[in-house]
Amino acid sequence: MTRSLLFLLLCVAWLAGPPASHAQSPDALKALGDLALEDSDKREAAVAALGGTRDPKWLEFLTALRDGNVYARGKGATREIVVGGVKTTKGDQDVIDIATAYDRKPLGTVPVSSLTEIAADRRLRIAIKPFLDADETRVQLASPDSEARRGAAVKLGHQADAGAAAVVEAAIAKETVPNVRHALEESLALIRLAHGDAAVRVLAAQSLGGLHSFDGVPALQRLAADTSASRAEREAATQAIRQIERWSLLVRTIETSFQGASLASILLLMALGLAIVFGLMGVINMAHGELMALGAYSTFVVQNVFRARWPERFDAYFIVALPVSFIVAALVGVVLERGVIRRLYGRPLETLLLTWGASLIIQQGLRLWFGAANVDVSSPSWLSGGFALMTGLTLPFNRIFIIGLAVVCVAAMYWLLFATGAGLRIRAVTQNRGMSSCLGVRAGWVDATTFALGAGLAGLAGAALTQIGNVGPSLGQNYIVDSFMVVVTGGVGKLAGTILAAAGIGGLNKGIEPALGAVFAKVAILLLVILFLQRRPAGLFATRGRSAEA
Amino acid sequence: MSTYSRRDFLKTGLVAAGAGVAVAHGLPSIVTAQGKEPVKIGVLHSLSGTMAISEVSLRDVVLMAVDEVNAKGGVMGRQIQPVVVDPASNWDLFAEKAKQLLLQDKVAVVFGCWTSVSRKSVLPVFENNNGLLFYPVQYEGEECSKNVFYTGACPNQQLIPGAEYLMSKEGGGYKKFYLLGTDYVFPRTANKILRAFLLAKGVPAANIEEEYTPFSHQDYQTIVGKIKRFASGGGACVLSTINGDSNVPFYKEFANQGLRSENAPIMAYSVAEDELRGMDTSALVGHLAAWNYFQSVDTPANKKFVNAFKEYAQKKNLPGGTKRVTDDPMEAAYFGVHIWKQAAEKAKSFEVDAVRKAVYGQTFAAPVGTVKMHEYNQHTYRPVLIGEILKDGQFKIISRTKTNVEPEPWSKYTSPDKGCDWINHQGTYQKKA
Repeated sequence: MTRSLLFLLLCVAWLAGPPASHAQSPDALKALGDLALEDSDKREAAVAALGGTRDPKWLEFLTALRDGNVYARGKGATREIVVGGVKTTKGDQDVIDIATAYDRKPLGTVPVSSLTEIAADRRLRIAIKPFLDADETRVQLASPDSEARRGAAVKLGHQADAGAAAVVEAAIAKETVPNVRHALEESLALIRLAHGDAAVRVLAAQSLGGLHSFDGVPALQRLAADTSASRAEREAATQAIRQIERWSLLVRTIETSFQGASLASILLLMALGLAIVFGLMGVINMAHGELMALGAYSTFVVQNVFRARWPERFDAYFIVALPVSFIVAALVGVVLERGVIRRLYGRPLETLLLTWGASLIIQQGLRLWFGAANVDVSSPSWLSGGFALMTGLTLPFNRIFIIGLAVVCVAAMYWLLFATGAGLRIRAVTQNRGMSSCLGVRAGWVDATTFALGAGLAGLAGAALTQIGNVGPSLGQNYIVDSFMVVVTGGVGKLAGTILAAAGIGGLNKGIEPALGAVFAKVAILLLVILFLQRRPAGLFATRGRSAEA
Repeated sequence: MSTYSRRDFLKTGLVAAGAGVAVAHGLPSIVTAQGKEPVKIGVLHSLSGTMAISEVSLRDVVLMAVDEVNAKGGVMGRQIQPVVVDPASNWDLFAEKAKQLLLQDKVAVVFGCWTSVSRKSVLPVFENNNGLLFYPVQYEGEECSKNVFYTGACPNQQLIPGAEYLMSKEGGGYKKFYLLGTDYVFPRTANKILRAFLLAKGVPAANIEEEYTPFSHQDYQTIVGKIKRFASGGGACVLSTINGDSNVPFYKEFANQGLRSENAPIMAYSVAEDELRGMDTSALVGHLAAWNYFQSVDTPANKKFVNAFKEYAQKKNLPGGTKRVTDDPMEAAYFGVHIWKQAAEKAKSFEVDAVRKAVYGQTFAAPVGTVKMHEYNQHTYRPVLIGEILKDGQFKIISRTKTNVEPEPWSKYTSPDKGCDWINHQGTYQKKA
């Protein structure tokens, strides 16, 4: 009992005063010797003594002990505790570099068999953990990385140790980043709620309410239901909970809308190229998914080139990858169109089979070249993490980026089709191929450009998808059904239809998912689309394109 | 066997008669021509389709084990001749190929299957033709076939210890559990057992949340949002049975929405070294996994095993070469071959019933340490390890049981009244209260 009390005191001791500086004190050295004993009570006490020094070097030693890198050398009076380093095999025996326990002075290389490992069993590791955790939290609170500071603040709030209040207060005074400051204030309120007297608790509850602290809800609920608490306390708690719940409703609404927008933008990016090729040319391009896969693999290749050649500019790779994936997919699209598809215009069934065949060839080609396993595409640092919009809501950067990319793509498409000469010619050929040819439009060239454009957009979508999903040879098959669903629901040949359908399907899916779960949301969406197409077989916007005339 | 009923008598009689017929007519060449003809074994792993990513490695490691046995003179002086078939991730084809292996190729034993649905589909084939299958993957339990040896983990050797670790002081003392899985038989059964376990340990039902996603699900926005709300107030962790490549988008979204492994760790039951190849692991670092083996196990036997496999991959020109890794199911497949060899030598026969009886209690110095086949329930004693995911796709082992854990195919939390015993009972039996 006294031992565990001592232990508890030591756990919080670091929070109370400045670190003691008895580096190599006789106590610490005695404790070090005790570690080699069989008696696990003594070993635990030794860990407590070493951890209690709060000396970074001893904490480093405890880390080594936990990881099983501490050994005893020699016997009896000459026994010495050492820290092991790199293990190698020399001849027929394993050798290891060793160093002194405290300041890690190298002691040379010795055979492993001459040492006895000091095994950190479960009990010892449990004893070590609080010291390392406390140290870790302290280091993190001072870390230059604001995310690490925020993590530490949240952790302190969850633990709600009375002794930590002073440290948190000191950190608040120094903190400049708003969301870290917010997390620290929240922790402080949580600590006060757990340990203060009635008046302090009322203030803490009010403060938690004002901070919209989701982390505070369980503690507030306990206080609100606590019959031994005063009326003022309970009222403050109830009031705070109400405040947080109102905020939570707002957060959820914004969150769901953002999620819907994110899914819609992904669907839109995938379907845009398909809609152009399908709508303007009447070609059902089953290889659309594989063109996306090509874009994704191009991103992978660009990433590898950057990693090998310009590791210091790694973050820029994605900016380069976007145009590269567009060009690669567009080139493959041109080859496909000029090579085979143009011979089959006006025969939708044959083109469908042909593009399906092409999709299998591309898929197998990717598998042969890159292997059947998924490949690893890392996110650049500016697309990792998220933007803390408001308390309780973080919007991931990769999703914000994709929404932006979809908007840019749609705007560019409108500009291209309705504000340029090339767009005029594309629309002319779409409406009446014979007449356009008569008037001097090179219909073949227009076909090739349109197909290349659609394929390039698929490549771009593929590049964007690397930031949220997997890259593998079967990537295309995972997305092709959704893409077709959007195009068909939107109505063939109208960009506005595709945009609206993507927004509708994305929004509905995310609106339904919280209530029904991912599996049923998908089922419900399919059912809704089927019902909708029963009512309006031509989709949202029916139009007459070349396929309608053929 | 005090209550030996007439039905039992008939059953054993029939089995024995069937085996006798098989010996007399089906397998005379194998049984009599000792020392000459090679003995055939079947390898039933998908080499194409969705499961190929995982199962190809199992084929490789089984063939490596066969090479090892053959290099040391084979089994009772006879070389092993593997018959490799490709069921192509198609569950019906699994049954067909299994039939072909047993009836046409007349193999002495089959090493195969990964998914539970493939195992369920071949089960009747092995039972009706009295074949022998070594199944190397951790699974949901609730099965006890005398024609299968399960060298992977039972629920009590993986699921429960993983949750127990997170509840322990050392693991962080977590109190709220989010059970998340892909929608098929393993996660559903696993979560049923986990829920029963948590409830039995006094976790209130309000602190347990359960959720499923379709195969190859990519959009984890809503679920991560829910986990975030669930985790507010602290003390929450995720127990994940998410399968295959859905893991990357899940972990990425998890990190991007600001959740960290220190505050809400994910304990994964289906993520091993082989799956981490070709994943961007940056978002996974610091999260946990529970298995019975990790490549990072620091024993001389394991170093030998890992190096042998890398050399084998290079020598045979397998894709990946020396970058190949080993993981839990691979270790289980590997020692399965050796266990079978030892059992056949002990039985001095390749006949299924004789080998089966010889397998009970068989031990082998596997890479992770000595493993032992159970004395009567077809499963395997193995140690339980908890690992933390590192940047290079390997695991740092942070907890390991001192001894091997006894397998319990029927979890005591969901089926306390059931047991599995092929010595004193006929397979699954009702325990007396």
